Amino acid sequence: MSLDLDALCIRSANGTALFQPLTLHVPAGSVVTVMGPSGVGKSTLFDAIGGHLAHGFRLSGTVGLNGRDVTALPAEARRIGLMFQDALLFPHLSVGDNLAFGLPPGLRGRAQRRAAVEAALSQAGLAGLYERDPATLSGGQRARAALMRTLLAEPAALLLDEPFSKLDPELRGDMRRFAFEHVKSRAVPTLMVTHDPDDATAADGPVIALKGAVAP
Amino acid sequence: MTEDGRLLRAIVLAVVGLGLIAPIVVGLWHTGHAAFGILPALGQNAASLEAWRDLTALPGFGTSLRLTLITGIGSTLLSLLLAAGFCAAVHARMKPSAGAQLLTPFLAIPHAAMAVGLAFVLAPSGWIARMLAPLAGWDRPPDIATVNDGWGLALMIGLMIKEVPFLLLVILSALSQIPLARHVAAGRALGYGRGIVWIKIIMPQVWPLIRLPVWVVLAYALSVVDMAIILGPSNPPTLAVAVTRWFSDPDPTMILPASAGAILQALIVGLSVALLMAAETVGKTLGRWWIRRGGRGLSAEPGLWAASAAVMALMATGVLAMLSLVVWSLAWRWSFPQILPESWSLKPWTGAQGGWMRALINTLLLAGATVGLSLALAIAWLEGEDLARRNRAPWAEALIYLPLLIPQIGFLYGLNVGFLHIGLSGGIWAVVWAQALFVFPYVMIALSDPWRALDPRMIRAAAALGAGPGRRLWAVKLPVLLRPILTAAAIGVAVSVAQYLPTLFMGAGRVATLTTEAVTLSSGSDRRVTGVYATLQAGLPFAAYLAAVIIPAIVHRNRRNLSGAMT
Amino acid sequence: MKLSLVFALSLLATPAFADWQQTLDAARGQTVYWNAWGGDARTNAFIAWVGEQTEARYGVRVEQAKLSDTAEAVTRVISEKAAGQDAGGSVDMIWINGPNFLAMKEQGLLHGPFVADLPNAQYLDLTPTSPASVDFTVPVDGMESPWRLARFVFTYDSARVAEPPRNMAGFVDWAASNPGRFTHPDPSNFMGATFLKQALIELAPDTTALQQPVTDAAFDTATAPFWDWYDALRPNLWRGGETYPANQSVQQQLLNDGEVDISMSLDPASTAAAITDGLLPDSARVFVPEGGSIGNISFVAIPYNAANVEGAEVVANFLLDPATQAHMQNIDVLGSFSVLDPARLDEAANAAFAALPTSPALPTLDQLGPTLLEPHASWMSHLTEQWARRYIK
Repeated sequence: MSLDLDALCIRSANGTALFQPLTLHVPAGSVVTVMGPSGVGKSTLFDAIGGHLAHGFRLSGTVGLNGRDVTALPAEARRIGLMFQDALLFPHLSVGDNLAFGLPPGLRGRAQRRAAVEAALSQAGLAGLYERDPATLSGGQRARAALMRTLLAEPAALLLDEPFSKLDPELRGDMRRFAFEHVKSRAVPTLMVTHDPDDATAADGPVIALKGAVAP
Repeated sequence: MTEDGRLLRAIVLAVVGLGLIAPIVVGLWHTGHAAFGILPALGQNAASLEAWRDLTALPGFGTSLRLTLITGIGSTLLSLLLAAGFCAAVHARMKPSAGAQLLTPFLAIPHAAMAVGLAFVLAPSGWIARMLAPLAGWDRPPDIATVNDGWGLALMIGLMIKEVPFLLLVILSALSQIPLARHVAAGRALGYGRGIVWIKIIMPQVWPLIRLPVWVVLAYALSVVDMAIILGPSNPPTLAVAVTRWFSDPDPTMILPASAGAILQALIVGLSVALLMAAETVGKTLGRWWIRRGGRGLSAEPGLWAASAAVMALMATGVLAMLSLVVWSLAWRWSFPQILPESWSLKPWTGAQGGWMRALINTLLLAGATVGLSLALAIAWLEGEDLARRNRAPWAEALIYLPLLIPQIGFLYGLNVGFLHIGLSGGIWAVVWAQALFVFPYVMIALSDPWRALDPRMIRAAAALGAGPGRRLWAVKLPVLLRPILTAAAIGVAVSVAQYLPTLFMGAGRVATLTTEAVTLSSGSDRRVTGVYATLQAGLPFAAYLAAVIIPAIVHRNRRNLSGAMT
Repeated sequence: MKLSLVFALSLLATPAFADWQQTLDAARGQTVYWNAWGGDARTNAFIAWVGEQTEARYGVRVEQAKLSDTAEAVTRVISEKAAGQDAGGSVDMIWINGPNFLAMKEQGLLHGPFVADLPNAQYLDLTPTSPASVDFTVPVDGMESPWRLARFVFTYDSARVAEPPRNMAGFVDWAASNPGRFTHPDPSNFMGATFLKQALIELAPDTTALQQPVTDAAFDTATAPFWDWYDALRPNLWRGGETYPANQSVQQQLLNDGEVDISMSLDPASTAAAITDGLLPDSARVFVPEGGSIGNISFVAIPYNAANVEGAEVVANFLLDPATQAHMQNIDVLGSFSVLDPARLDEAANAAFAALPTSPALPTLDQLGPTLLEPHASWMSHLTEQWARRYIK
């Protein structure tokens, strides 16, 4: 498995490129960190990779997953997982149902689906919290639940958008370890955007600097 | 997916264009024809300005015009001033949710019901006079015009009781979009008084957010019919009432000047809005000059307290009016100067049962159908915007507001002619259609902000988990937005229940609703039966608002962020 | 016996009755939308009762389209004509008379003549000058069918008014000594216009002119004393004559509230009925000006494009049934006087009328005095128009 960006470039409605064309190979199990000044378009880059680009932006270059070009596919067909600084658990579903939301439909049978979710919950140290209201979880619990929800969907690649920036400093280390262990054990190619050099160190992978645009 | 979005948006645009905009254009077209003398049914086939000459020559035309301008513009500006002053004075001490709950009954009660209650409260033989009677030693009511007065003051009070709460809600919602507390603190730290901070810093930020709702209020106040019939001057009445009367004059040729009056009514609204825009430009220039001078001295504090006192007095009067409806519906004999009825009876409820049951069922059917259709269209529109990942174009926003800015009387006569051409008049579907013209914009406006406030990253997370557009809509957006959707529906119910002219014109008088019955009965002598209808008319939207609070609380009882316990 | 049977059968075989059977057959299953002013709960209840009866007897349902003003129905028919809808219209039957009838008749918006085809028309006095044959001096020509009698009367609260004015001229002095205690409905309303006409008939130098279509010269002559009278009265009206109640129901409410001492009505039984309903104090009584008062007949008409013509004819016929008229005249029901000619009724029917209950607030026919003829309809429009020009600024 791998995530490949080939000469990816985003232009805004008036034709200015946000950053210089980006070519990048993320092999399975590796975490590539993207750093760059605020406003350079890191989040927009993730939108483009994940298939969420807002109207008005123009995209050139390609996004490849395992050698397949997914640039034209809608977000839900790309199988590219997303993690934000906020856990963004669905507020109307219980913790367990949040995880079940991401479970592939291929896994059949109520008991089996439930078991898969329960297993993921105990992996995340959330055993017994299936029926809980996500709003009642602590920040760390929420972040772990969100990561498990993303991983249960069996993504072919993962995008982490400043995933630890909102956590308390003492929690941050634990969460980094937890996240990167799971990512690496599942061999998912992962791209991370961050401001925090410690994130990059913990990711233990290549670091790329996103450069601002040159005049067109 | 983009294809999906395009198809959906094309369908929505077609429905809005043909369903909402075309009827208005057709209505204005037919009314306009009659205004310029073309009415083949009466053998009038040549265009002329006769109708306009007749219109200006009608007795009291000038007074009607003046009354319309004074009551419409006056009540709007006063309401705006009072609402802004009240917000400035008490905002810091009021939780927004508490404010909204306090205002709900005032928003829910239809204009007609409020007017019926107010007419009794304010009348020389009314509740206030009865409370004063022992002190003043009146054994018969004083001969003072406190309702239907020639100045239109009672009408203005009635309009303000409905408009101030609406503007308060609009301003409160605008305030939640700006960093209010920090700006006020910053301003006061620079040595400006609280009132001055509101005038110089807060209101300039709020105004662009409330501009359109203020236009809607202005358009409504200039062209209101039901409330003006009940509270306004009658000899002559305001232009909108006069036009409605001329449309139903025994002499059918009066349709011509009536149509001219209807077009004039639309022009007045257009010109008043233009005037407001011009005033905004002038105000901006003067305001900048004033702000740059940096004066801090002028204290607005007494003004703020006066505004708050006036708002409280208006609210108290409104509460009395609502209460009086219930009391009257349970009274048997209640004569001057008794403060409470001499005898009570349930007869007004049981006796009128056959009638109010049918009106209630019709009202429920109409509300259900119009709100259902409007909600479906609004959700389709918003989902279309989401799928296209676009913001709303200004012309689309204007399209939504159009039905609220054009006076109903301006196009309803013509629309009825149009409906007759396609054989649709006189049935419940014609009424549903006509009501939806006014229900949809309110539902759309009410739903747009919460819909956009939904964190787009949550929807992206759902997509990243493999959920297609359908699942994102049904399994994430709609359940999460249950509360705002039900609130929008409740607003839709309130608007549908309150519709008078569209129900009257399009229903050919056959579709009796609580509102048409209440207005008809208010021209009768039995205040008790009117009280029954007005109570029901006010109760229905209130029940809808209550449902919009209770249902999410039950459905999301174990979901702290959605049950409403937090907000 | 045998002979009478043959006679009866021969009657049935005559074209008129055969036609009526066809009408009954066609009417079965129809729903008649009766457009009628809806401001009076008792009238609404009576119309609902009529619907129950016609549905049980003839399978004809009646739905009342409640109007705030009869002219709404006229406008609706005009709009339908404007849209070319010449059949299947939404208005089947209208409670109508006076200017609205004149307008519809002149515009060719009515179905008919149909009155002579109604079997119960035999109980009507349809001679050309009878009240049932002229509506505001306009010949009815069978285009509308009578159903209730209207007489102009005043209502006063005897607890507050010792002696009401004896005639229209007397109102000036009465109002001068009781300023603000009297008013009349807005003349744009039927009742307000009738009040003005009542005064005009009493004050006009020559009442025969009023029976002719109005001319400017005749109008000026006939109304000169009237305007003097009104100018003297107006300053002492309720609220200085600056504003007027919208209709007689609103004025009755003012009487009940104690804001005025006198109200008026076109239904002599309405006061007794209002007392029973708790809408007027028990002390309310009726009076009629010495010289008598205006009387007219309320009719029902069928628009030319009505969807349910046969059903409407069946309902119009039912309204003329002697039993229906007796029920209607019952003070506990509606209290409106019958439009039938007693001379054409059999003894049993007349006895039914005689046995109806009475009330102290219900005037007898004697107390009502003579019936004054309505002026030609053109006088009413001219009078209210001139009134508006003089007093609406």
